[in-house]
Amino acid sequence: MVTSVTSLGRNGLSDWLVQRVSAVLLAVYTVVVLGWLIAQGEVTYEAWSGFMGCLVMQIANTFMIVAVGAHAWVGLWTVTTDYLTTRQIGAAGTVVRLIAQLVIALLTLVYVLWGLVIIWGGV
Amino acid sequence: MKVSIYRYNPETDREPYMKEYEVDTGGKDLMVLDVLNLVKEQDDSMGYRRSCREGVCGSDGMNINGKNGLACITPLSAAAPGVLEGKKALILRPLPGLPVIRDLVVDMTMFYNQYEKVQPYLQNNTPAPAIERLQSPEDREKIDGLYECILCACCSTSCPSFWWNPDKFLGPAALLQSYRFLADSRDQATDERLGKLDDPFSLFRCRGIMNCVSVCPKGLNPTRAIGHIREMLLERAV
Repeated sequence: MVTSVTSLGRNGLSDWLVQRVSAVLLAVYTVVVLGWLIAQGEVTYEAWSGFMGCLVMQIANTFMIVAVGAHAWVGLWTVTTDYLTTRQIGAAGTVVRLIAQLVIALLTLVYVLWGLVIIWGGV
Repeated sequence: MKVSIYRYNPETDREPYMKEYEVDTGGKDLMVLDVLNLVKEQDDSMGYRRSCREGVCGSDGMNINGKNGLACITPLSAAAPGVLEGKKALILRPLPGLPVIRDLVVDMTMFYNQYEKVQPYLQNNTPAPAIERLQSPEDREKIDGLYECILCACCSTSCPSFWWNPDKFLGPAALLQSYRFLADSRDQATDERLGKLDDPFSLFRCRGIMNCVSVCPKGLNPTRAIGHIREMLLERAV
Protein backbone atom coordinates (compact mmCIF):
# COMPACT_ATOMS: atom_id res chain seq x y z
CA MET A 1 0.00 0.00 0.00
CA VAL A 2 1.24 3.43 -0.96
CA THR A 3 0.54 6.29 1.43
CA SER A 4 0.57 9.99 0.78
CA VAL A 5 0.05 12.60 3.47
CA THR A 6 -0.55 15.44 1.02
CA SER A 7 -3.60 14.02 -0.76
CA LEU A 8 -6.98 15.46 0.24
CA GLY A 9 -8.37 12.51 2.18
CA ARG A 10 -5.10 10.53 2.37
CA ASN A 11 -7.14 7.82 0.77
CA GLY A 12 -7.69 7.13 -2.92
CA LEU A 13 -11.34 6.22 -2.57
CA SER A 14 -12.31 9.41 -0.73
CA ASP A 15 -10.33 11.59 -3.18
CA TRP A 16 -11.99 9.81 -6.08
CA LEU A 17 -15.43 10.23 -4.54
CA VAL A 18 -14.83 13.92 -3.80
CA GLN A 19 -13.72 14.48 -7.39
CA ARG A 20 -16.72 12.69 -8.87
CA VAL A 21 -19.33 14.27 -6.57
CA SER A 22 -17.86 17.76 -7.06
CA ALA A 23 -17.87 17.19 -10.83
CA VAL A 24 -21.59 16.34 -10.73
CA LEU A 25 -22.31 19.43 -8.60
CA LEU A 26 -20.37 21.64 -11.02
CA ALA A 27 -22.15 20.11 -14.02
CA VAL A 28 -25.59 20.70 -12.49
CA TYR A 29 -24.64 24.24 -11.48
CA THR A 30 -23.37 25.01 -14.99
CA VAL A 31 -26.59 23.75 -16.57
CA VAL A 32 -28.73 25.80 -14.16
CA VAL A 33 -26.79 29.03 -14.70
CA LEU A 34 -26.62 28.51 -18.48
CA GLY A 35 -30.36 27.74 -18.50
CA TRP A 36 -31.04 30.96 -16.60
CA LEU A 37 -28.85 32.97 -18.99
CA ILE A 38 -30.60 31.53 -22.06
CA ALA A 39 -34.06 31.99 -20.56
CA GLN A 40 -33.19 35.55 -19.59
CA GLY A 41 -32.24 36.69 -23.07
CA GLU A 42 -30.79 40.12 -22.37
CA VAL A 43 -28.95 40.08 -19.05
CA THR A 44 -28.82 43.31 -17.08
CA TYR A 45 -26.76 43.99 -13.95
CA GLU A 46 -29.91 44.17 -11.85
CA ALA A 47 -31.23 40.83 -13.11
CA TRP A 48 -27.87 39.09 -12.60
CA SER A 49 -27.38 40.65 -9.18
CA GLY A 50 -30.90 39.70 -8.12
CA PHE A 51 -30.46 36.12 -9.35
CA MET A 52 -27.12 35.64 -7.62
CA GLY A 53 -28.23 37.44 -4.47
CA CYS A 54 -31.22 35.21 -3.69
CA LEU A 55 -30.77 32.74 -0.84
CA VAL A 56 -31.03 29.62 -3.05
CA MET A 57 -28.24 30.85 -5.31
CA GLN A 58 -26.13 31.93 -2.34
CA ILE A 59 -26.30 28.37 -1.01
CA ALA A 60 -25.69 26.93 -4.49
CA ASN A 61 -22.71 29.24 -4.97
CA THR A 62 -21.29 28.15 -1.63
CA PHE A 63 -21.49 24.51 -2.67
CA MET A 64 -20.00 25.46 -6.02
CA ILE A 65 -17.02 27.28 -4.61
CA VAL A 66 -16.22 24.44 -2.19
CA ALA A 67 -16.66 21.94 -5.04
CA VAL A 68 -14.29 23.92 -7.28
CA GLY A 69 -11.71 24.06 -4.48
CA ALA A 70 -11.89 20.35 -3.70
CA HIS A 71 -11.99 19.33 -7.37
CA ALA A 72 -9.03 21.55 -8.20
CA TRP A 73 -6.98 20.27 -5.29
CA VAL A 74 -7.52 16.58 -6.11
CA GLY A 75 -6.81 17.21 -9.80
CA LEU A 76 -3.74 19.36 -9.33
CA TRP A 77 -2.39 17.09 -6.58
CA THR A 78 -2.61 14.27 -9.14
CA VAL A 79 -0.81 16.38 -11.75
CA THR A 80 1.99 17.30 -9.34
CA THR A 81 2.50 13.69 -8.23
CA ASP A 82 2.65 12.61 -11.89
CA TYR A 83 5.05 15.19 -13.28
CA LEU A 84 6.91 16.83 -10.39
CA THR A 85 8.70 13.76 -9.09
CA THR A 86 12.33 12.67 -8.78
CA ARG A 87 11.65 10.21 -11.60
CA GLN A 88 10.60 13.04 -13.94
CA ILE A 89 12.78 15.99 -12.99
CA GLY A 90 15.61 14.54 -10.92
CA ALA A 91 16.78 14.99 -7.35
CA ALA A 92 14.92 18.27 -6.78
CA GLY A 93 11.60 16.58 -7.57
CA THR A 94 10.31 16.21 -4.02
CA VAL A 95 11.14 19.79 -2.99
CA VAL A 96 9.69 21.23 -6.21
CA ARG A 97 6.52 19.16 -5.76
CA LEU A 98 6.06 20.26 -2.14
CA ILE A 99 6.54 23.91 -3.06
CA ALA A 100 4.09 23.58 -5.97
CA GLN A 101 1.55 21.85 -3.73
CA LEU A 102 1.95 24.53 -1.07
CA VAL A 103 1.37 27.31 -3.61
CA ILE A 104 -1.65 25.48 -5.09
CA ALA A 105 -3.11 24.81 -1.62
CA LEU A 106 -2.71 28.43 -0.54
CA LEU A 107 -4.18 29.77 -3.77
CA THR A 108 -7.12 27.37 -3.54
CA LEU A 109 -7.78 28.37 0.05
CA VAL A 110 -7.59 32.08 -0.82
CA TYR A 111 -9.98 31.65 -3.75
CA VAL A 112 -12.47 29.65 -1.66
CA LEU A 113 -12.43 32.17 1.21
CA TRP A 114 -12.56 35.09 -1.17
CA GLY A 115 -15.50 33.47 -2.95
CA LEU A 116 -17.33 32.98 0.36
CA VAL A 117 -16.77 36.63 1.26
CA ILE A 118 -18.19 37.68 -2.13
CA ILE A 119 -21.21 35.38 -1.73
CA TRP A 120 -22.06 36.15 1.91
CA GLY A 121 -20.35 39.50 2.49
CA GLY A 122 -23.23 41.54 1.06
CA VAL A 123 -22.86 44.25 -1.52
CA MET B 1 9.90 -2.89 -47.54
CA LYS B 2 11.62 -0.55 -45.14
CA VAL B 3 11.96 -1.52 -41.47
CA SER B 4 13.18 0.94 -38.87
CA ILE B 5 14.30 -0.64 -35.60
CA TYR B 6 15.33 0.90 -32.27
CA ARG B 7 18.88 -0.15 -31.52
CA TYR B 8 20.73 0.24 -28.26
CA ASN B 9 23.55 -1.76 -26.80
CA PRO B 10 24.54 -0.19 -23.47
CA GLU B 11 28.05 -1.68 -23.76
CA THR B 12 28.90 -0.02 -27.06
CA ASP B 13 26.36 2.76 -27.76
CA ARG B 14 26.32 6.13 -26.07
CA GLU B 15 22.64 6.56 -26.86
CA PRO B 16 19.84 4.71 -28.69
CA TYR B 17 19.34 5.20 -32.44
CA MET B 18 16.99 3.96 -35.16
CA LYS B 19 18.49 1.65 -37.76
CA GLU B 20 16.92 1.14 -41.19
CA TYR B 21 16.73 -2.24 -42.91
CA GLU B 22 15.44 -3.23 -46.33
CA VAL B 23 13.51 -6.50 -46.19
CA ASP B 24 11.98 -8.48 -49.06
CA THR B 25 8.63 -9.85 -47.89
CA GLY B 26 7.50 -10.82 -51.39
CA GLY B 27 4.40 -8.69 -50.89
CA LYS B 28 3.04 -11.18 -48.35
CA ASP B 29 1.11 -10.05 -45.29
CA LEU B 30 3.66 -11.51 -42.88
CA MET B 31 3.52 -11.19 -39.13
CA VAL B 32 5.84 -8.55 -37.67
CA LEU B 33 7.80 -11.34 -35.97
CA ASP B 34 8.47 -12.95 -39.37
CA VAL B 35 9.87 -9.63 -40.59
CA LEU B 36 12.07 -9.43 -37.48
CA ASN B 37 13.36 -12.92 -38.24
CA LEU B 38 14.24 -11.75 -41.77
CA VAL B 39 16.08 -8.75 -40.33
CA LYS B 40 17.90 -11.08 -37.94
CA GLU B 41 19.22 -13.00 -40.96
CA GLN B 42 20.78 -9.75 -42.21
CA ASP B 43 22.02 -8.51 -38.85
CA ASP B 44 22.36 -11.03 -36.05
CA SER B 45 23.40 -8.36 -33.54
CA MET B 46 19.76 -7.19 -33.31
CA GLY B 47 18.09 -8.45 -30.14
CA TYR B 48 14.44 -9.25 -29.40
CA ARG B 49 12.48 -11.75 -27.33
CA ARG B 50 10.26 -14.40 -28.83
CA SER B 51 9.19 -17.88 -27.90
CA CYS B 52 5.86 -19.46 -28.84
CA ARG B 53 5.31 -17.27 -31.96
CA GLU B 54 1.53 -17.66 -31.62
CA GLY B 55 0.39 -15.09 -29.07
CA VAL B 56 0.42 -17.34 -26.04
CA CYS B 57 3.70 -16.68 -24.22
CA GLY B 58 3.68 -12.88 -24.33
CA SER B 59 7.44 -12.58 -24.97
CA ASP B 60 7.44 -10.38 -28.05
CA GLY B 61 5.45 -7.40 -26.84
CA MET B 62 6.82 -4.28 -28.51
CA ASN B 63 5.81 -0.91 -29.87
CA ILE B 64 4.77 -1.35 -33.51
CA ASN B 65 4.35 1.93 -35.42
CA GLY B 66 3.38 3.68 -32.20
CA LYS B 67 1.05 1.04 -30.77
CA ASN B 68 1.99 -1.74 -28.38
CA GLY B 69 1.28 -5.27 -29.55
CA LEU B 70 2.63 -8.78 -29.94
CA ALA B 71 4.90 -9.05 -33.00
CA CYS B 72 3.90 -12.67 -33.60
CA ILE B 73 0.18 -12.01 -34.06
CA THR B 74 0.31 -8.54 -35.63
CA PRO B 75 0.21 -8.80 -39.43
CA LEU B 76 1.86 -6.05 -41.46
CA SER B 77 -1.58 -4.97 -42.68
CA ALA B 78 -2.56 -4.24 -39.08
CA ALA B 79 0.72 -2.55 -38.08
CA ALA B 80 -0.28 0.74 -39.73
CA PRO B 81 -1.98 1.72 -43.00
CA GLY B 82 0.54 1.65 -45.88
CA VAL B 83 3.11 -0.64 -44.23
CA LEU B 84 2.07 -3.76 -46.16
CA GLU B 85 2.09 -1.82 -49.44
CA GLY B 86 5.60 -0.55 -48.71
CA LYS B 87 4.45 3.08 -48.66
CA LYS B 88 5.37 3.44 -45.04
CA ALA B 89 8.20 1.98 -42.95
CA LEU B 90 7.53 -0.59 -40.25
CA ILE B 91 8.78 1.10 -37.07
CA LEU B 92 9.67 -1.11 -34.12
CA ARG B 93 10.60 0.16 -30.68
CA PRO B 94 10.80 -1.49 -27.26
CA LEU B 95 7.80 -1.29 -24.91
CA PRO B 96 7.73 2.31 -23.60
CA GLY B 97 8.43 3.17 -19.98
CA LEU B 98 10.57 0.19 -19.03
CA PRO B 99 14.41 0.28 -18.97
CA VAL B 100 15.96 -1.10 -22.17
CA ILE B 101 18.38 -3.97 -21.70
CA ARG B 102 19.25 -4.08 -25.37
CA ASP B 103 17.48 -3.20 -28.63
CA LEU B 104 13.87 -4.44 -28.29
CA VAL B 105 14.48 -6.27 -25.01
CA VAL B 106 13.21 -4.47 -21.89
CA ASP B 107 13.73 -5.07 -18.19
CA MET B 108 10.32 -6.23 -16.89
CA THR B 109 11.28 -6.11 -13.17
CA MET B 110 9.04 -3.11 -12.34
CA PHE B 111 6.14 -4.79 -14.12
CA TYR B 112 6.61 -8.09 -12.24
CA ASN B 113 7.07 -6.29 -8.90
CA GLN B 114 3.60 -4.79 -9.29
CA TYR B 115 2.20 -8.16 -10.33
CA GLU B 116 3.65 -9.73 -7.19
CA LYS B 117 2.01 -7.08 -4.98
CA VAL B 118 -1.53 -8.20 -5.88
CA GLN B 119 -0.80 -11.73 -4.61
CA PRO B 120 -1.91 -13.40 -7.83
CA TYR B 121 -2.83 -16.75 -6.35
CA LEU B 122 -5.88 -18.30 -4.73
CA GLN B 123 -6.12 -17.71 -0.98
CA ASN B 124 -8.41 -20.05 0.88
CA ASN B 125 -7.77 -21.22 4.43
CA THR B 126 -10.41 -23.93 4.60
CA PRO B 127 -9.05 -27.49 4.36
CA ALA B 128 -8.67 -28.52 0.74
CA PRO B 129 -11.34 -31.02 -0.35
CA ALA B 130 -10.38 -34.40 -1.78
CA ILE B 131 -11.21 -33.16 -5.27
CA GLU B 132 -11.04 -29.61 -6.67
CA ARG B 133 -12.70 -26.64 -4.98
CA LEU B 134 -15.86 -26.55 -7.05
CA GLN B 135 -17.51 -23.50 -8.56
CA SER B 136 -20.96 -23.10 -10.05
CA PRO B 137 -20.93 -22.38 -13.79
CA GLU B 138 -22.18 -18.85 -12.97
CA ASP B 139 -19.29 -18.20 -10.59
CA ARG B 140 -16.85 -19.63 -13.09
CA GLU B 141 -18.16 -17.25 -15.73
CA LYS B 142 -17.20 -14.29 -13.56
CA ILE B 143 -13.51 -14.85 -14.19
CA ASP B 144 -13.89 -15.01 -17.96
CA GLY B 145 -12.07 -12.07 -19.53
CA LEU B 146 -9.70 -11.98 -16.55
CA TYR B 147 -7.77 -15.25 -16.40
CA GLU B 148 -6.68 -15.06 -20.07
CA CYS B 149 -4.02 -12.40 -19.43
CA ILE B 150 -0.56 -13.56 -20.60
CA LEU B 151 1.43 -10.78 -18.86
CA CYS B 152 2.93 -9.42 -22.06
CA ALA B 153 2.96 -5.91 -20.49
CA CYS B 154 1.51 -4.25 -23.62
CA CYS B 155 -1.22 -2.63 -21.49
CA SER B 156 0.81 -1.37 -18.53
CA THR B 157 3.52 0.08 -20.79
CA SER B 158 0.93 1.97 -22.83
CA CYS B 159 -0.47 3.61 -19.69
CA PRO B 160 0.84 7.11 -18.85
CA SER B 161 -0.05 6.62 -15.18
CA PHE B 162 2.27 3.59 -15.18
CA TRP B 163 4.99 5.55 -17.00
CA TRP B 164 4.94 8.31 -14.38
CA ASN B 165 4.56 6.09 -11.28
CA PRO B 166 5.61 2.53 -12.14
CA ASP B 167 6.59 1.91 -8.52
CA LYS B 168 3.32 3.15 -7.01
CA PHE B 169 0.55 2.57 -9.55
CA LEU B 170 0.00 -1.16 -10.02
CA GLY B 171 -0.84 -0.78 -13.70
CA PRO B 172 -3.68 -2.36 -15.72
CA ALA B 173 -2.16 -5.87 -15.95
CA ALA B 174 -1.68 -6.27 -12.19
CA LEU B 175 -5.10 -4.74 -11.47
CA LEU B 176 -6.78 -7.10 -13.94
CA GLN B 177 -5.13 -9.98 -12.08
CA SER B 178 -6.16 -8.49 -8.76
CA TYR B 179 -9.79 -8.49 -9.88
CA ARG B 180 -9.39 -12.00 -11.26
CA PHE B 181 -8.97 -13.19 -7.64
CA LEU B 182 -11.44 -10.71 -6.13
CA ALA B 183 -14.07 -12.09 -8.51
CA ASP B 184 -13.19 -15.71 -7.76
CA SER B 185 -15.83 -17.34 -5.52
CA ARG B 186 -13.16 -19.66 -4.06
CA ASP B 187 -10.91 -16.85 -2.82
CA GLN B 188 -11.34 -15.71 0.78
CA ALA B 189 -8.88 -12.84 0.96
CA THR B 190 -11.24 -10.22 -0.52
CA ASP B 191 -10.98 -7.83 2.42
CA GLU B 192 -7.18 -8.01 2.65
CA ARG B 193 -6.89 -7.55 -1.09
CA LEU B 194 -9.20 -4.51 -1.12
CA GLY B 195 -7.43 -3.07 1.93
CA LYS B 196 -4.24 -2.79 -0.10
CA LEU B 197 -5.89 -0.96 -2.98
CA ASP B 198 -7.61 2.08 -1.50
CA ASP B 199 -4.62 4.42 -1.35
CA PRO B 200 -4.32 7.30 -3.88
CA PHE B 201 -1.88 5.45 -6.16
CA SER B 202 -2.20 1.65 -6.34
CA LEU B 203 -5.55 1.67 -8.15
CA PHE B 204 -6.85 5.22 -8.11
CA ARG B 205 -4.08 6.56 -10.35
CA CYS B 206 -6.07 5.03 -13.20
CA ARG B 207 -7.69 7.96 -15.01
CA GLY B 208 -9.70 5.72 -17.32
CA ILE B 209 -8.09 6.69 -20.63
CA MET B 210 -8.37 3.06 -21.80
CA ASN B 211 -5.04 2.78 -23.64
CA CYS B 212 -4.82 -0.64 -21.98
CA VAL B 213 -8.06 -1.76 -23.63
CA SER B 214 -7.05 -0.50 -27.07
CA VAL B 215 -3.72 -2.38 -27.09
CA CYS B 216 -4.50 -5.67 -25.30
CA PRO B 217 -3.61 -8.44 -27.79
CA LYS B 218 -6.01 -10.80 -26.04
CA GLY B 219 -8.93 -8.37 -26.26
CA LEU B 220 -9.26 -8.01 -22.48
CA ASN B 221 -10.64 -4.97 -20.67
CA PRO B 222 -8.55 -3.90 -17.64
CA THR B 223 -10.46 -0.59 -17.35
CA ARG B 224 -13.68 -2.50 -16.69
CA ALA B 225 -11.93 -4.68 -14.10
CA ILE B 226 -10.58 -1.56 -12.39
CA GLY B 227 -14.12 -0.14 -12.37
CA HIS B 228 -15.40 -3.30 -10.70
CA ILE B 229 -12.70 -3.07 -8.01
CA ARG B 230 -13.66 0.58 -7.44
CA GLU B 231 -17.28 -0.49 -6.96
CA MET B 232 -16.18 -3.14 -4.45
CA LEU B 233 -14.09 -0.56 -2.57
CA LEU B 234 -17.02 1.85 -2.52
CA GLU B 235 -19.43 -0.79 -1.28
CA ARG B 236 -16.99 -1.77 1.45
CA ALA B 237 -16.46 1.81 2.62
CA VAL B 238 -19.87 3.44 2.33
